Amino acid sequence: MSSLHSYLITSALLFAIGLGGALTRRNAIIVLIGIELMLNAANLNFIAFWRFGPHPEALTGILFVLFSIGVAAAEAAVGLALIIAAHRHCKTTDVDELDSMKG
Amino acid sequence: MTTLLGIVTLAGAVVAMAFRNLVHCALALAVALAGLAGLYLQLGAQFVGFAQVLVYIGAVAIVIVFAILLTRGGQTPRQRVFSATWPLGAGVALAVFSVLSWIILSSRALPLGTPPEPAAATGRIGDQLMTKYLLPLEVLGLLLTAALIGAVIIAMRERTDE
Amino acid sequence: MRWTVEYLWLIPLLPLMAAGLSALTKRSGRAFAASLAIGAMGLALVLAGMAFAQAVLHPGRCSVNFPWMQMGDSWLKLGWVLDPLSAVLLLMVSFVGLLIFIYSLGYMAHDENFTRFFCFLSLFAAAMLGLAIANSLLLLFICWELVGLTSYLLIGFWFHKPSAAAAARKAFITTRIGDLAFLLGIVWLYARSGTLLFYDGGNGCLEQSGLAPLAARATGLGLAASTGIGLLIFCGAIGKSGQLPLHVWLPDAMEGPTPVSALIHAATMVAAGVFLVARVYPIMTPCLPVVAWVGAVTALFAASIAIAQTDIKRILAYSTVSQLGFMMLGLGVGGVAVGMFHLVTHAFFKSLLFLGAGSVIHGCRSEQDIRCLGGLRRFMPITFATYAVGMLALSGFPLLFSGFWSKDPILEAAHRWNASQGPFYLGLCAALLTAFYMTRQVFYVFYGRWRGHPARQDVNRPQDPHESPPIMTVPLMLLALLSILLGFIGTPAWPWFQAFLEGRPVGFDISGITQPQMLGLLALSSLIVLAGMALGYWLYGRKPLAGPGEPDALERFQPDLFGLLRNKYFVDEIYHWAFVSSTARWARLCDWLDEWVCRGMVELVGYAVVGLSWADRFFDEYVVNLGFDRLCRRLTEGGGLLSCLQDGRLQHYLRIMGVALASLILLLIWGCRLP
Repeated sequence: MSSLHSYLITSALLFAIGLGGALTRRNAIIVLIGIELMLNAANLNFIAFWRFGPHPEALTGILFVLFSIGVAAAEAAVGLALIIAAHRHCKTTDVDELDSMKG
Repeated sequence: MTTLLGIVTLAGAVVAMAFRNLVHCALALAVALAGLAGLYLQLGAQFVGFAQVLVYIGAVAIVIVFAILLTRGGQTPRQRVFSATWPLGAGVALAVFSVLSWIILSSRALPLGTPPEPAAATGRIGDQLMTKYLLPLEVLGLLLTAALIGAVIIAMRERTDE
Repeated sequence: MRWTVEYLWLIPLLPLMAAGLSALTKRSGRAFAASLAIGAMGLALVLAGMAFAQAVLHPGRCSVNFPWMQMGDSWLKLGWVLDPLSAVLLLMVSFVGLLIFIYSLGYMAHDENFTRFFCFLSLFAAAMLGLAIANSLLLLFICWELVGLTSYLLIGFWFHKPSAAAAARKAFITTRIGDLAFLLGIVWLYARSGTLLFYDGGNGCLEQSGLAPLAARATGLGLAASTGIGLLIFCGAIGKSGQLPLHVWLPDAMEGPTPVSALIHAATMVAAGVFLVARVYPIMTPCLPVVAWVGAVTALFAASIAIAQTDIKRILAYSTVSQLGFMMLGLGVGGVAVGMFHLVTHAFFKSLLFLGAGSVIHGCRSEQDIRCLGGLRRFMPITFATYAVGMLALSGFPLLFSGFWSKDPILEAAHRWNASQGPFYLGLCAALLTAFYMTRQVFYVFYGRWRGHPARQDVNRPQDPHESPPIMTVPLMLLALLSILLGFIGTPAWPWFQAFLEGRPVGFDISGITQPQMLGLLALSSLIVLAGMALGYWLYGRKPLAGPGEPDALERFQPDLFGLLRNKYFVDEIYHWAFVSSTARWARLCDWLDEWVCRGMVELVGYAVVGLSWADRFFDEYVVNLGFDRLCRRLTEGGGLLSCLQDGRLQHYLRIMGVALASLILLLIWGCRLP
């Protein structure tokens, strides 16, 4: 098992933890935290592959991760704004109670 | 060193997902992100590591804390924090992890060696950003602008006409 | 006078136009209708006279033909012909017709349908005159049918009387049976010879080239074509002239007014059958024996029935049948001239007798039963005198009267006939019976005491029967005169008539009479006539009947035979049993079939359809609808179940996405890994 494998396992584990939290916690902000963790796991994956994969001089991995971080920031901002608005509207941040979209 | 950073990251993630107090979760998230930054530095992507610290820990984690405070999440919640069907969610996460790890471990395509450390000079990153990745850069700027405006509008207190 | 041939068609056209105009006249336009009819008939008589003169002065045959209808490549042609035969008939029909028209002015004066009567009479005259001049068998047949139609209309003139309506129907149907055979004969003739014209410059069916193909071919029954055609055409003549099997309509036709009986059923229409045989004589040559035998048997048969009848007109009707039989016999054994001479003389004295009977009926207030008449000699002298002349002419009283000179050649020809002497003896017996029944009738009606029914006399003026007005008696006198005079143009000493018909010159030759054979025959027939009259006087003249209820002299003598004769040999009853009732039964059966079977089937189909539709509705309501409704409900429930997936819970969605992710990855990997 090389270092690449270990990095990949780590990122998979991080992804799974983030997913598990997003799927089980009741608070919307924790769900968002979980999503951030998943994104970061993906970033780690990219950097690992950049480091150990072919053509690292193309800097593809780094640039991708940079953009990923930028997008994640925007997404976190909007998501949290949504949670604040939802809290103002429904007085709760419990995802189990935010089910007015049910069909 | 790498192992330690990895453990810190994972522990921080676990704590972020498991604790009752939201603020503790946010702080744990910050720890996890810091661990990740260290891992990036280990891998030789210095710029990304510092960018991680700046953006994620310096902005995202702070925004999360602000959101927690704005939504009165500061106190420890009295009722349960996990949803009623949490084993299902845990099972799904486990399934996904098992699939991913099975792929990783049984893959024949992954390179096994350790190539020499690449040079990731910041100047070169800047060059790339300005030439090859100019369009994504601009789009990202636009995206951030939109997100900024959108977030402001969404979170803004609605004006009620008197 | 050649133009008479060109304009021969005017002769039937004038009465036809009179009929047409009368048909449009109101019932009150009596004078107008009568003057139209008599004027047209008078003009037709003048033209016929001129045509006759033309035929006398220029012997020979002139015909005018014109194409009428195109059938594919060939043309059907019609035309008219002026030859001695048609000239004789034209003159006779128009003269007798005019006299009877004038008579009808008096006879039908009290009838309210006066206008209709003259319209039909004119139509009849037009058809009869057209028949006389027809040069085409088709045109003859058309006029034949028209004559039959007018006969039906005139027999049933008083149609509100059920007996008159039934008689008209019977006449039409019976003659129709003959006409059907006639039509078959026409069609066969046309098929064989290709033309229906009689005289066509050598190509007509009565001329050489037309007759040749007929004689040669033999049909399935072993007859030559001409024999078959001749027999079929003769069937038409049997029907129209009342010969033996189809005679039943003629006595019943007496339901019509007496002028009708005189004109149609004595002088002209019934003579059309005889005329037909005379006209197509060249075709009829092979079947002349049949003609002769049928005529002879009919003559005796009808005469025997006549001796037992009590209706004044019925006696005359059976007498007509009998005399027509004589004419057919004459045609069969002696040739055209013999038969036609008797036809002409018969027309005059039979119409005289009928008009005289009409005068008697008119004077005795519509009494027709001879048992209720009697002694009219004193009350109606003119009628009596003219009737006596007619009776003597019909019986064939020697030397003076035309019947003698016309009946004798027939008997003479029958005597000379090689095939058999049967018709001769039948004819002799018939002549005896003719004299007998006519004598009987005269003694019944004119001698003895008046046996009239009191109710028949007018209550206001209870008087005895009166003589008829001059408008009725003058035609009687004219006809009586001619009944005497006409005989002299056909005596064996100077056979002008026969020569005229045959187109040869003639001279006066007393040896025609004084020849031993002829003399013997003349003596024999005179003897027969006198014997018949003596028998009649012995039975009826010596002791006339006292009252209407008394039985007839012959009845006392032989009641069973008298009853058989009285009931016309039960021929009507036999026909009814054989044909009429079976047809009625068949009609009832068909009606039953239609009512129950056909209607039943239709209703059955209707019920089946209704049942099908009910089953369809049942199916639709309980199977289709229910099934469909249940299906929809299940779908709704299913949809309701499925919509539970959309519970608005974010984490559930995410879980599903996670599972999907894992599955997709596995699928991809295994897909790639498969060989």
